[in-house]
Parts: sequence; structure tokens; C-alpha cells
Amino acid sequence: MFDAISGGIQGLISGFVNLHWSNPIMIGVGCLLLYLGIKKDFEPLLLVPIGFGAILVNIPLAGLMEEEGFLRIIYDAGIMTELFPLLIFVGIGAMTDFGPLLENPKIFLLGAAGQFGIFLTLALALALGFPQKDAVAIGIIGACDGPTAIYVTSKYAPHLLGAVSVAAYSYMSLVPVIQPPIMKLLTSEEERKINMGIVKKSVSKTTKLLFPLVVTVIGGLIAPRGLPLLGTIMLGNLMKECGVVGRLTKAAENEIPNIVTLLLGISIGATMDGRIFLKPQTLIVLGLGFLAICLDTACGVLFGKVMKVLTGGKINPLIGAAGISAYPMSARVVQREGQKYNRKNYLLMHAMGANTGGQVGSVMAAAVMLSVLKGMGVI
Amino acid sequence: MDNWTFGITMIVVGMGGTLLTLGILSIIMSILKNAFPFKKEEEK
Repeated sequence: MFDAISGGIQGLISGFVNLHWSNPIMIGVGCLLLYLGIKKDFEPLLLVPIGFGAILVNIPLAGLMEEEGFLRIIYDAGIMTELFPLLIFVGIGAMTDFGPLLENPKIFLLGAAGQFGIFLTLALALALGFPQKDAVAIGIIGACDGPTAIYVTSKYAPHLLGAVSVAAYSYMSLVPVIQPPIMKLLTSEEERKINMGIVKKSVSKTTKLLFPLVVTVIGGLIAPRGLPLLGTIMLGNLMKECGVVGRLTKAAENEIPNIVTLLLGISIGATMDGRIFLKPQTLIVLGLGFLAICLDTACGVLFGKVMKVLTGGKINPLIGAAGISAYPMSARVVQREGQKYNRKNYLLMHAMGANTGGQVGSVMAAAVMLSVLKGMGVI
Repeated sequence: MDNWTFGITMIVVGMGGTLLTLGILSIIMSILKNAFPFKKEEEK
């Protein structure tokens, strides 16, 4: 009788007895993510489920990430299969208007320059001693694109998924803080004042319909390993532009990404077990992720300066900062910064073009990276 | 493969490949934009 009572009481206190030192810290980290998402409005759609998932997985003996735990089931079904980020990409394609980019196609090049931080950070991670696949996952934070970062990391460095996802989404929210000092440092006041005029509507519906097809086929042939990413975002965009599959487009913009975002967030949070997450390399990953976005911004602005020279002064280099994939936040940052120096300058639509170019650029950079890795025999 | 070779290859081929691919897309879309010009009737 006494043994039975003693066993029952032990069952009730076992959670406390089995707490590892890292668990309360990670519960605190989860609460911090909730605070950032709820109070500070930092990407709440992701940080709230990630934060709560981190809290759940750090309560011992619950078995949520063990073989038949519900978080393990969701993780295996959507993250290990790469399905969740791809489904979100269909929604992103359906929600994006590539019109401003197509008005001025040379802006694509700013979308390319805005991804250079990925490769430079990858090289730096290698120099710091990270294994090659880990360096790839760290570099991809510079894509400034959550689904792309999750897709690459879950495939090649799943132990870094928590750190990379938190870095990618947190720094995307911090773009209005990170970018302006870099933009100011790399441009002169004269350059910031360059007026780019009004974007004239000049893209036909046929061109908008052909765009996703061209990107899918050409991009897929050049970088076939990235076709899942390219194909899904362009499918979403094609559905939006064709206008004949309204129900599918509506689902892709609403129900699908809403459900998948919830499941994605909570399963990413579930990877943040303190025993895996709380290592010195996590801090280094977070630091390198921050650097990746700074390098993206710098490279974008510098390329904008090159384009300014090549176009005889018609391009304001500030729009190069919008060549990252943080859409539409980065475009709004460029607009705000441009207006500080010239109140008559409306850079928003030009920056939107660069920003959507950055979206295509980030997917293309990941696709190229994966194909190069395959070619080198690393994957 | 050593890290030095890996890193240089990724920088050169990765950055170059991304720039080249988007440059190609830029050219193709410019051609298509001219081949299928915008008509004001489409706005209605």
C-alpha cells in the first residue's frame, strides 16, 4: 500500500525531478519568443507557435517528440518531408504581385546581389570550423526567407533547424533596424536624393502569365535541385495571375498557409530541446545569421551604385537594399529612407520591384546552391 | 573536398550562377514585355 502511494506521488513529481538545467532556460527562451511575437509584433504568426513549441518540448517526460508523440508526428509529416515550407511557398506565390519587377526587369539583378550575403556567410561559417552542410544551413539565413531556410536546413542540418528558423524570422522583423545604418554608410547624400520618377504601368496580362512559366522552366533547367522551391512559388503566382482558379488561389492565400504556418511553427519549436539548442554554436549561428543579412544589404546597395553608374544616374542605390526577400518590409524601409532626403521621391514601387526580385533571387540562390552542392558531390 | 575549395567554389559558382540566372530571366522577361505589350483595354 505504502509503495503504491509512494509510486503515485513520484509520478506526480517526476516532471520536476527530471528537469535538466537547460529546460527552464529554454522555457524562458520560449516565453521571450512569445513576448517578441505578441507584444512587439515580431513575425507573430511564426514566433508565437515556435515559442509555445519550445515551451512544450522542454517539459520533461511528456514524450511529445518521442516516437508516437504528437509533435514528432507533425515534424515527421511536414518538416522531414519538406512539405510544409513548400506549401507555404504556394501561398507566397499567390500573394505576390510581380508587376513592379516586370515593369523594370533589370531590377532582377538587384535581387541577385541581395543574396550574396548567403555565400559570403557560408564561407565565413566554414572558416569558423562549421562542417560544410552546417555552413550551408547557416548561410541560407541570408536568404531572409523562412520557408527556404527551413527547406534547406531540415534537409542538410536538421540539428540547426531551431536556431536557423528563429534567426531567420527574428532578423526579418528587425530589417527596419538593421538596414538603415548600412544604407546610410554606403551611399552619399546626393545618391540618396536621386529621383526615379513614377513607375508606369506597362506589363500585359500575357507577360504576367508567362513569367511563372519562364522562371520555372529556365530556373529549373539551370538549377534542378531547387525546382521544388521554384515550382511551388511559381504555381501560386500562376494561379493568381490566370484568374480562373479563384477557389484554389483563395485557399492558397488563406486556409493552406494558415494551417501549415501553425503546424510548421510548433514543430520548429519542438526542435528547441535545451540539450540540443543550448550550445555555444547556437550563439555563433545567431551571430552569423545577423551578419548574413547585413552583408545582403551591403551587397545590394553596392550593386545599386554600380547600376546607377551604368544607367547614367537613373537608379537610386537605396533600392538595392530591397533586393532581399523580406517582402514588403524592406521596400517600405527604402521608401522611408528615400523620403528622409528627398520628400518628392517616391521609391516604393521601384523598391517593391527590387523586393519581389529578391524573393525570386532568394529562391534562385537556394536552387543554385543546392545544384552546385549536388554537382560537387556534397549532397 | 577541403573547406577552402568548397568555400571558393560556392562563392564563385554560387554568386555567379545566381547573378547569371537572374540576368537571363531579366533578358527573357524584357523580350516578352516587348513581344506582348500592355494595352490600355486590359485595365477595363
